[in-house]
Amino acid sequence: MLTIKNLHASIDGKEILRGINLEVKAGEVHAIMGPNGSGKSTLSSVLAGREDYDVTEGEVIFNGKNLLELSPEDRAREGVFLAFQYPVEIPGVSNVNFLKTAINEIRAYKGLDPMEAKDFLALVKEKQKLVELDGKLANRSVNEGFSGGEKKRNEIFQMAMLEPKLAILDETDSGLDIDALRIVAGGVNKLKSKDNATIVITHYQRLLDYIVPDFVHVLYKGQIVKSGTKELALELEEKGYDFIKEEIGA
Amino acid sequence: MNTIEKLTTTDKIFKLLDSNSSNHWGEEARVVAKEAFLKQGIPSRKHEEYRYLNLELLLKDDFLVTSSKTLTCDEIAHTQVLKNAIVIVIENGKYVEGHSKITLPKGLKIIDISKASSDVIFQKQFAKFADVNTDAFIAMNTAFATGGVFVHVEKNAIIEQPIHIIHISAASESLLVNVRNLIVVEENAQAKFIESFETILPNTVKIITNALTEILVQSNAIVEHNKIQNESKLSGLINTTQVYQKKKSVFTTNNFTLSGSFVRNNLNIVLDDEYIESHLNGLYLTRNNQTVDNHTLVDHRKPNCNSNELYKGIIDDKSSATFNGKVYVRKDAQKTNAFQSNKNILLSDDGTINTKPQLEIYADDVKCSHGTSTGKLDEDKIFYLRARGLSEASAKKLLMHAFASEVVEFITIEELKNYIETKISERFE
Repeated sequence: MLTIKNLHASIDGKEILRGINLEVKAGEVHAIMGPNGSGKSTLSSVLAGREDYDVTEGEVIFNGKNLLELSPEDRAREGVFLAFQYPVEIPGVSNVNFLKTAINEIRAYKGLDPMEAKDFLALVKEKQKLVELDGKLANRSVNEGFSGGEKKRNEIFQMAMLEPKLAILDETDSGLDIDALRIVAGGVNKLKSKDNATIVITHYQRLLDYIVPDFVHVLYKGQIVKSGTKELALELEEKGYDFIKEEIGA
Repeated sequence: MNTIEKLTTTDKIFKLLDSNSSNHWGEEARVVAKEAFLKQGIPSRKHEEYRYLNLELLLKDDFLVTSSKTLTCDEIAHTQVLKNAIVIVIENGKYVEGHSKITLPKGLKIIDISKASSDVIFQKQFAKFADVNTDAFIAMNTAFATGGVFVHVEKNAIIEQPIHIIHISAASESLLVNVRNLIVVEENAQAKFIESFETILPNTVKIITNALTEILVQSNAIVEHNKIQNESKLSGLINTTQVYQKKKSVFTTNNFTLSGSFVRNNLNIVLDDEYIESHLNGLYLTRNNQTVDNHTLVDHRKPNCNSNELYKGIIDDKSSATFNGKVYVRKDAQKTNAFQSNKNILLSDDGTINTKPQLEIYADDVKCSHGTSTGKLDEDKIFYLRARGLSEASAKKLLMHAFASEVVEFITIEELKNYIETKISERFE
């Protein structure tokens, strides 16, 4: 589904990603872990198409398409979803109205007619249950005045509404207490299928107790320095990131 | 050279208006106002309050003061935005009963201002609030107004239907209109008003409207005053709203400038008693070569009053907008709460925004604040929306609409709110 080859990216002339290689297949869950400043969030931003970053080398193929050539909206329409680490507040834009616009623009891209209002409302009802999002929150302005946990739940709610092929969760666990973490992880798990894939970016292992990865990769100084199965995450938790630094002789 | 030109414009306008003046209602005020007009003259760009406007250029044409065009019902129909309202139509500066829709509820009186001279309340309140010595356009209007309405809301009356005053002008030659209204809302009464401004004209001539509305809000009265400025290209509007509030009254004004090549708003509110509330809200959406200039003055004269002001603008192309908001808190006005905010989005590199919030505080126990911001649309918000599949254009549209909606929310007439929302949507298509 997703193939990242030798990806280099920089911001303001400073190279952050220095040759990332990654293969994600449908049905898989990949965790990308790494210390602060290793390039985790840069990777998610580059995949989503944030224009502040310059891709200087490498390629990203998503279902046969060159992802890096697509605008952020076309990436979303092709089925890439980024759950933001820091979801922005957008006063005055109602959550459901914006999702309706999003869904209908995605449908138009695929040559489909707009969704019927009643179908849309039924979908909202169904999906907000998934992340136990209060009906009132769904109707409020996007993230305005939401708590940290509500913002993250809202990200997963949007993900549920848009049904992406590839979901990238950027430190979705940061700032979440254990109850909220369970709800968010539960939502992600319910959305998992053999046809979609998930990349979980996290600093800590805890989230991976709830969203169990098939593969774990360690990102360090802009490169994936070690890959393994879920046991690698436990080892990291136990020994800390220093053991990776020692192992690769950094 | 400049001085000569300035005299010429003022003299030319004075001569034109004076020689065509056949109106004698409010005669006493007219005499004083003529002198005040000549003394002040049309303000040049050196005048502190008019420095961003080129009035001489605006007024250099040869104007008529009466139009030969009359409007048909069809031409007026589209201006009636509410299904259920008391509609007052003022054409080319004169009240036209035939086009108005007036079924007077108990407690409401609407009189052609040119025939109101025998009314006792009119005699007592007319031209008592807008001071001819403070502004040349107040003086011009008081000296040469051709018509308008006097609206009176009786003590304790609650007028459920909104009262919509439509100012509409049509011309085939350049036209200068001076139109005047007086609204008096008596003790413990309530009413909601809309004043809208429209013009119909070919692309070769212009209509300049100098409109002045005085509003007296007596104690415990609640008044909402909405303005829709939606004039066609080449139209110029100088619109003064002069408000005087008494004890425990609440006054809200929501001003929407949607089009017109030149709009100057002078909004002056005097809070001359205790426990008064005033809300001033404005939205201006400018483009092309439009000039929109909002001057507001909130004068806190007595203790324990609140004023809240929010003006927002979206400036595109080569248009220019000015916000100049003054708040006076006089020595007696202890425990005043006065807040003011002006926010702008600049969409183009050639647009201009001049913003000047001014607080002058002479009391020592007050809470006052003002803030202003000008910027482009927030890139992080645009990216967030695009990452969900919205095109860049729809993301921007949604954000501009959201920015503007904050002001629309202050309207309490649901139908009007929807109308303005639609206008804003059309604008960002």
